[in-house]
Amino acid sequence: MSVVDRAVPDGPEAVDRPRASTRLELRALAGVLHREWVVFTRYWRSTTFSAVVEPTIFLLAFGFGIGALVAEVQGMAYLEFVGTGVVAMAVLFASVFPAMFGTYVKRRFQHTYDGILAAPIDVRELVTAEALWIGVRSGTYGLAPLLVATAFGLRPGWAVLVVPLIGVATGFGFAAMGIFLSSIVPSIDSFGYVISALVTPLFLLAGTFFPLENLPDWVAAGAVINPLYHTVELVRGSVFGFAGAAPLGHLAGLLAFAAVTWSAAVVGMRRVLID
Amino acid sequence: MTTISHAIALRGVTKRFGAITAVDRLDLEVPAGICLGLLGNNGAGKSTTMRLLTAQAIADAGTVEVLGHPLPREAKAARARCGVVPQRDNLDEELTATQQLAVFARLYRVPRRERRAAVARALELVELSDRAHTRIDELSGGMRRRLLIARGLVHRPELVLLDEPTVGLDPQVRQDLWSLVARLRDEGTTVVMSTHYIEEAEELADDVAIMARGRVIDRGTPRALIARHAGAQVRELSGDPTELAAVEARARALGLPTRRRGPQVAVLRAEGLDGQLGEGRTRLPALEDVFVSVTGEEVT
Repeated sequence: MSVVDRAVPDGPEAVDRPRASTRLELRALAGVLHREWVVFTRYWRSTTFSAVVEPTIFLLAFGFGIGALVAEVQGMAYLEFVGTGVVAMAVLFASVFPAMFGTYVKRRFQHTYDGILAAPIDVRELVTAEALWIGVRSGTYGLAPLLVATAFGLRPGWAVLVVPLIGVATGFGFAAMGIFLSSIVPSIDSFGYVISALVTPLFLLAGTFFPLENLPDWVAAGAVINPLYHTVELVRGSVFGFAGAAPLGHLAGLLAFAAVTWSAAVVGMRRVLID
Repeated sequence: MTTISHAIALRGVTKRFGAITAVDRLDLEVPAGICLGLLGNNGAGKSTTMRLLTAQAIADAGTVEVLGHPLPREAKAARARCGVVPQRDNLDEELTATQQLAVFARLYRVPRRERRAAVARALELVELSDRAHTRIDELSGGMRRRLLIARGLVHRPELVLLDEPTVGLDPQVRQDLWSLVARLRDEGTTVVMSTHYIEEAEELADDVAIMARGRVIDRGTPRALIARHAGAQVRELSGDPTELAAVEARARALGLPTRRRGPQVAVLRAEGLDGQLGEGRTRLPALEDVFVSVTGEEVT
C-alpha cells in the first residue's frame, strides 16, 4: 500500500466510509453493541444472578408475607398484583444502576469512551447504543419475576408477549436517565443521593407493592409523572387484559420519558466527553 | 481524483479551557508519509493538539483538516482512517487480546470477512500472536502497551496518532516500540507522535515541532534544528556558581546560548571558540540542547 494509493479518497473502499451526517449510523450502533456483548460474555453470570435473584426475593417475600394478610388487591390475588409490579422494579434496577455506575466508571476510571470516540462513532451514537444495550438487557431480566410468579400460579393472557417491549422501552428511558446522571454527578459517591431521593421513591410510589389510591391524594396524583407507574400499569394490563384507551396514555408517558432522558444524556455526555 | 497535499493542516487553531489557553493560534501542517514528533513539556499543548485531530476537542478558533476532511464536520470520516494510541491504557481488561482487537476492528468498520485476518495481522505486528487468547489483565505492562498500539493499527490507518507512546516503559520495551514505529513510517504511514522524550523524537521523527505554551515555536528535521540552535559543538564548563555566571555573561556577550544544569554550564554553538570561555569538555550537540535553547525550559 503506497502513500499515493491512499491519497485517493474516491477509491473503491470509499463505500465503506462514514459520511458526514447527523443521523444515527446503524454500523456505529452495531459496533458499540458488539463491544458490550463481548464484554458481557465475560461477566454475565454475576450480573444475571443479581438481576434475577433480587426481584425474586422481593416477589416471594412480599407475595407470601403480605399475601398472607391481604387476600386481594384491585380484584387480583396479592401475589399476582406484586408479581406484575416487581417486573417494573426489576427493569428499573437492571437499567438505572448499571447506567449510573457503569457509565461513570467507563468514562472516568477506565477511559473506555475516549477509545470508542476515537473511532468513527459520535457521542449520540455512543449514548444511544449504550442505552439500547442496557434497555434490552433489563427488559429481558424483567421477565424473571413474571416467570417466577407464573410458577406460583399466575396465569397471564396472550398480551403478556408485549411485556418484553414494555420492559425495553422502560429500560431504555431509565438507562438514559442513569447515563445523564453519570454526566452531572461530581463524584461516584454522589449516586447515594440519587438512589435515596430518586430511585427509592420511584420504585415504591409506582403501584408496585400497593395501589396508589391508598396514598394521600397529592402523592397519588404525583405518581402520574413517575414513568415506572406507567410501566406497572402496562405490565398489569398485558397480563390481566387491557381496558379502554388508558394504555395508550401510559405508553405515551413512557416514550416521552425515554425521549427526554435520551436527549439529556446526549447533551450531558457530549459536555463531559468532548472538550 | 483528489490529492491530499497534507495529512494534517491546522491553521490558526486556538483552544481554551476556562482561563487557560492550551493551544494558541497554532499552525501545523504535516505532509503525508512522514513521522512528525511533537516535542514539548507537560502543559505545552501536545495532548490537546492530539485530541483536536480526532475532534475529541473542538477548536474555539481556526480550522482543522485531517486527511482532507474538515473537522469537526467530517470527524467520523477522518477518524475511520486514523489510528489512535492513547497515552492512558484504556484496554478492556476482562477481554482477551483477540477479543479486544475484534471489538475495535468492528468499531473501525473493517469488513466482516476481513476482520479475523486484520486481528491476526495486528497481533503479529506487535509480536503478541502467542498471547492471542490471554486475558488482558494477565499481560505485562509492556505487552499491554503493544496491544494498545495493535488496537490503533487493526484497521490499517493512513495516519497514526501516538500520544506519549513510551511513557513509563523500560528501555528494552521502548526500543521495541521504536522499531515498530520506524516500520510504520517506512511503510508510508503518516505518524504524529507527541513525546517529551528528546531521544524518542531524535530517533524516530523526520520532522520535529517544538511546542511551548500552546504554539509551535520551531520546526525542522532534528539535524536542521540542531544546526540552527546548537551549532556543531557544545562546550561544557564546570565551576562554582560565580564562575558559571561569569561564563554565561561572556557567552551572552558573544551571542551564544547557554544552558545551566547543576554545577555545569553548556555553551551552544561553541565551534568557533578557542579557549575564550575557559577549559571544558567538548561534545556534539543534541536535540535536547535545541529544546532548552528554544523554549528556555529544561526538559521535565
